[in-house]
Amino acid sequence: MQFGVFTVSDVTTDPTTGRTPDDTERVRSMLTIAEHADAAGLDVFATGEHHNPPFVASSPTTLLGYLAAATKNVVLSTSTTLITTNDPVKIAEDYAMLQVISNGRMDLMLGRGNTGPVYPWFGQDIRQGIPLAIENYALLRRLWEEDVVDWEGKFRTPLHGFTATPRPLDGVPPFVWHGSIRTPEIAEQAGYYGDGFFHNNIFWPMSHTKKMVNFYRQRFEHHGHGSADQAIVGLGGQVFMRKNSQDAWNEFRPYFDNAPVYGHGPSMEEFTAATPLTVGSPQQVIERYAAMSDDVGDYQRQLFLIDHAGLPLKTVLEQIDLLAEEVVPVLRKEMEAKRPAHVPANPPSHTERLAIRGARTSAQDQTVAKDEVHA
Amino acid sequence: MPDLTIVTLAAGLRQPSSTRMLADRLSAATVAAVEEEGAAVKSETVELRDVAHDVVNAMLTGFPAGGLPQVLDTVSGASGLIAVTPVFTTSYSGLFKSFIDVVDPDSLAGMPVLLGATGGTPRHSLALDYAMRPLFTYLHAEVVSTSVFAATDDWAGDADTANPLPQRIERAGRELAQRIMQTKRRGPADPYDDVPSFDQMLSDLRDA
Repeated sequence: MQFGVFTVSDVTTDPTTGRTPDDTERVRSMLTIAEHADAAGLDVFATGEHHNPPFVASSPTTLLGYLAAATKNVVLSTSTTLITTNDPVKIAEDYAMLQVISNGRMDLMLGRGNTGPVYPWFGQDIRQGIPLAIENYALLRRLWEEDVVDWEGKFRTPLHGFTATPRPLDGVPPFVWHGSIRTPEIAEQAGYYGDGFFHNNIFWPMSHTKKMVNFYRQRFEHHGHGSADQAIVGLGGQVFMRKNSQDAWNEFRPYFDNAPVYGHGPSMEEFTAATPLTVGSPQQVIERYAAMSDDVGDYQRQLFLIDHAGLPLKTVLEQIDLLAEEVVPVLRKEMEAKRPAHVPANPPSHTERLAIRGARTSAQDQTVAKDEVHA
Repeated sequence: MPDLTIVTLAAGLRQPSSTRMLADRLSAATVAAVEEEGAAVKSETVELRDVAHDVVNAMLTGFPAGGLPQVLDTVSGASGLIAVTPVFTTSYSGLFKSFIDVVDPDSLAGMPVLLGATGGTPRHSLALDYAMRPLFTYLHAEVVSTSVFAATDDWAGDADTANPLPQRIERAGRELAQRIMQTKRRGPADPYDDVPSFDQMLSDLRDA
């Protein structure tokens, strides 16, 4: 199972000091966080995509391209890449380039975005969000899988004899996740293609997450990609840890109380009870997250949000150390012990996808050869 | 186990409140009228004051927590809904509107609804028709034609001798009961039941 961090790239005033980093400092802190996660041994770093302040992550593949060179092992991913408002041709090009540069050490998560004005800013209509996600992804897949594409659709200029370059690494497109919080149509899309499904449940109760994930698992099986428990599932999460639980509560509370998303709303007590936010000792985080699979089944990727709400970089790096040293090794062992052998431990890597495709191609070749003999 | 559930929302802020008094009488009148039709019915009343904090939290976080999910399930699962609010500064109370804002907008489609409101004087009675009724029409609820406004004076004596409050309540309850018996609603559709298949979504795009 993979454990990593994902960032929404918010620039937020530290409520305990009143200090606000500028955009440059925030971008560089994201680079440091990713490099630190890699060095500490976490499995994934994912960045969001936003086109409005206070967020700085407008250009994910530039960020991840740098990180491809600066890191060794961490899988570089997105959370999410906007399939609705980006041109699917540009996504095909950008992420194939990232795939080649990182030597396959990447995947991406597609989402529709949650900022209304981004649609008109990029010339789209938010009411077409789902049709855009369906059509754009269908085109994206063809651009990666077929060398020359003739295409006509509803939302984009037609393509005649178009080839997206660079071609995917070894002819195998990147692995794709579909992220959605409350739209079953997107879970259906993920199930149809046999892609991964990520539920960013950081603001949602588990009862809701469980329904969405189970729906995706059923549809994955329905569309013939394997049994429901073999579907590739990822979850979001949110933690703040100190050795002593009470220290964690005291230190995190001002950040919680003033956070842009949930600040001035529910108390931290209410919010930690209702959502996966866990504030406490590493042991408490382990207990809470080891139980996630009771609701959603054995899953393949757990991402933690740890660098938001104005937390200083130093604190964020300490959280990464606590995750990597105390939480992840135990969780990984517990999850691995629970997982049946036929359920994948991880989302498929480039090497695994290459091997699967190789096996499929050689099976086809043998069929063709046999047919020729019979003819 | 009764087949039908009548749910009453009372958005009054005081306890006791005249809004709750009107709500209880509308509920009782509706239950009596449904039982006259020979159906078994149970009634539940929700004081929005009890979930006021959860309503605000849901607006800020985007998801319901605390006691709110159960209230939302109760409302969307009703066979008929009675919505009663005090009139504050010419309209429904802020708490009432905030609650409606966190209700899934699809969950009241086709719901038989009876409207009630309270106020200091009868001069506010039109709030039912310029504020409450359009709100529920937008949500595609089936609002019965009689709605009941109770001014302070209605609770005693001869404020309206031609058409006194008890008579209006009885008539409104009867209308809602009839609508409930016609629709026999048993909760909203499961959102996972009618997800179009992927092939359907693709072909919808081609046909568009």
